[in-house]
Amino acid sequence: MLFGRIVKFYMDGFRRMTLGRTLWCIILLKLFIMFAVLKAFFFPAYLQGNEQEKSQTVSEELTNRLISE
Amino acid sequence: MDAIDSSLVDWSRAQFALTAMYHWIFVPLTLGLGVIMAIMETLYVRTGREFWKQTAKFWMKLFGINFAMGVATGIILEFEFGTNWSNYSWFVGDIFGAPLAIEGIVAFFMESTFIAIMYFGWNKVGKGAHLASTWLTIIGATLSAWWILVANAWMQYPVGMEFNPDTVRNEMVDFAAVALSPVAVVKFCHTVTSSWVLGAMFVVGVSCWYLLRGRHTDFAKASIRVACWFGLVAALLTAHTGHQSGRDIALHQPMKLAAAEGLYEGGTSQGLVLGGVLTPGVDWAAPTEQNRFLFQVEMPCALSFLATHELDGYVPGIRNLLEGGYPLLAGGVVLSAGEKMQRGRTAIAALATYRTSRDAAEKQVALKTLRANFDCFGYGYLKSPAELVPNVPLTFYSFRIMVMLGGYFIALFAGLLLLGKYIMRWKWALLLIVLTTPLAWLASQAGWVVAEVGRQPWAIQGLLPNVAAISRLDVGSVQTTFFIFLGLFTLLLVAEVSIMACAIATGPETDNTAA
Ligand code: HEM
Repeated sequence: MLFGRIVKFYMDGFRRMTLGRTLWCIILLKLFIMFAVLKAFFFPAYLQGNEQEKSQTVSEELTNRLISE
Repeated sequence: MDAIDSSLVDWSRAQFALTAMYHWIFVPLTLGLGVIMAIMETLYVRTGREFWKQTAKFWMKLFGINFAMGVATGIILEFEFGTNWSNYSWFVGDIFGAPLAIEGIVAFFMESTFIAIMYFGWNKVGKGAHLASTWLTIIGATLSAWWILVANAWMQYPVGMEFNPDTVRNEMVDFAAVALSPVAVVKFCHTVTSSWVLGAMFVVGVSCWYLLRGRHTDFAKASIRVACWFGLVAALLTAHTGHQSGRDIALHQPMKLAAAEGLYEGGTSQGLVLGGVLTPGVDWAAPTEQNRFLFQVEMPCALSFLATHELDGYVPGIRNLLEGGYPLLAGGVVLSAGEKMQRGRTAIAALATYRTSRDAAEKQVALKTLRANFDCFGYGYLKSPAELVPNVPLTFYSFRIMVMLGGYFIALFAGLLLLGKYIMRWKWALLLIVLTTPLAWLASQAGWVVAEVGRQPWAIQGLLPNVAAISRLDVGSVQTTFFIFLGLFTLLLVAEVSIMACAIATGPETDNTAA
């Protein structure tokens, strides 16, 4: 019952929005651009593999950067 | 392995700075305006006057626009950690992850519940419950800021962790030391109180615009009164916490203080530069015959007092910090940059031996050497001591802009409280206030420039410089994303400003009677 009232509270609220509607559209568009475009195409996770492989990569980077300089 | 291209470091930093500065347009307004709208609603609940309800509702509407536009701008920073700053992200381990995860969970639950009641619940929950939700919305947002600032403070003053060479990560050994580090506490207080100042300036600026147009005058005057009281208290607290921040950097990041003061040659009884112009083109990392200031106005002994709480206390300058050799209050003598770089190289070499050796005894010796020199680990990546000197003019002028504007805000709020009756009739004064409203953002951004540019070259103070923290990416791809963001952010900012301007032009639904 309580759950039903909470759902109704949110539904009513969303239905009565005026300016909020525009703001939600902007938020959703922004999230889409960020996750579906930017994260997917421009921000791959640099470190790959399991934890051990990642620590090995960082270890090599950190110890070799010194030597190469 | 190829050396890291210095332009990759610059572009990675530029991209991060762009994202963080854009994010910081919205955050302080959320923190400041949130408290003001909650105060307005408290006045409504205490007086029962419809006027205050409409006033609170109007500022809540602007709060909502700003909140919606700011949502998710911080997420890009987290993408950048994983892609551009992968060594750093791995190296900091759970110390960065834990506060950020707590922030995400708390923010999501508090904000999604209480914001909904705040906007949807006006006629559905009691006055008291509604007011509590409004306060909890802003308390939730402020607590989110706490966790982010804990993470930032740790980078400036790493405590409560131990480096594990098996995982190549710093592991948290003392959560309280990280979460309640003195640097985090002061940073939080200064950041939040300065955001209140910004919120108050915004309310005063918008209200003065109404007065200038002769619209909603009672609403505007009432808003100015509340915002000025709040802003004055906040601005005085900002000055106080700023002073504490100065003390903090004197203790933990003396190079930042030296850069902010343009102090090359330190000593006892040092004066604080109130204002001045630096000689352009001077090399701040080397001695010179040239005068480093074209002119300066100093308050005698004030810097010594700020840094040490003694009028004749010793404050090291850039040269002293690079050359070392001066005694520490806690005992011992400060190492030179060269010695620290040597110890850093020893630590890095020990890590390499530890990770590659199969001989247990050799590993033990390497581990001991690493632990003994770990506090200088990051110095091992530097090619010359000069790299330890941040951009002095940028830090120096940003510091002065922030502090001078702090003085302007105090004078403005106090002036409006004392002489508001007259000032509100002078069109030129109202116009001046409207035009100077954006200076609150300038002060706030300048504060971050001091905090972040002043601590270069470090991603983590003493432990990891940027050159070791960044991922080995193609410079071109970082440049591309920089310009994509610039375009995207500009577009979003234009959208936010126009939606905000529309809402301001429409104005509140008050019937213009404050009584
Ligand atoms: C009135 C005198 C002020 C003093 C003495 C002061 C001092 C400082 C200092 C020393 C820092 C560097 C802290 C660090 O690197 O850890 C700082 C940072 C900062 N300041 Fe100020 N400040 C003042 C006014 C203001 C004003 C008016 C604003 C904005 C409205 C502001 C906003 C900031 C921000 C956002 C930061 C970066 C966050 C932080 O490090 O705390 N400050 N301030």
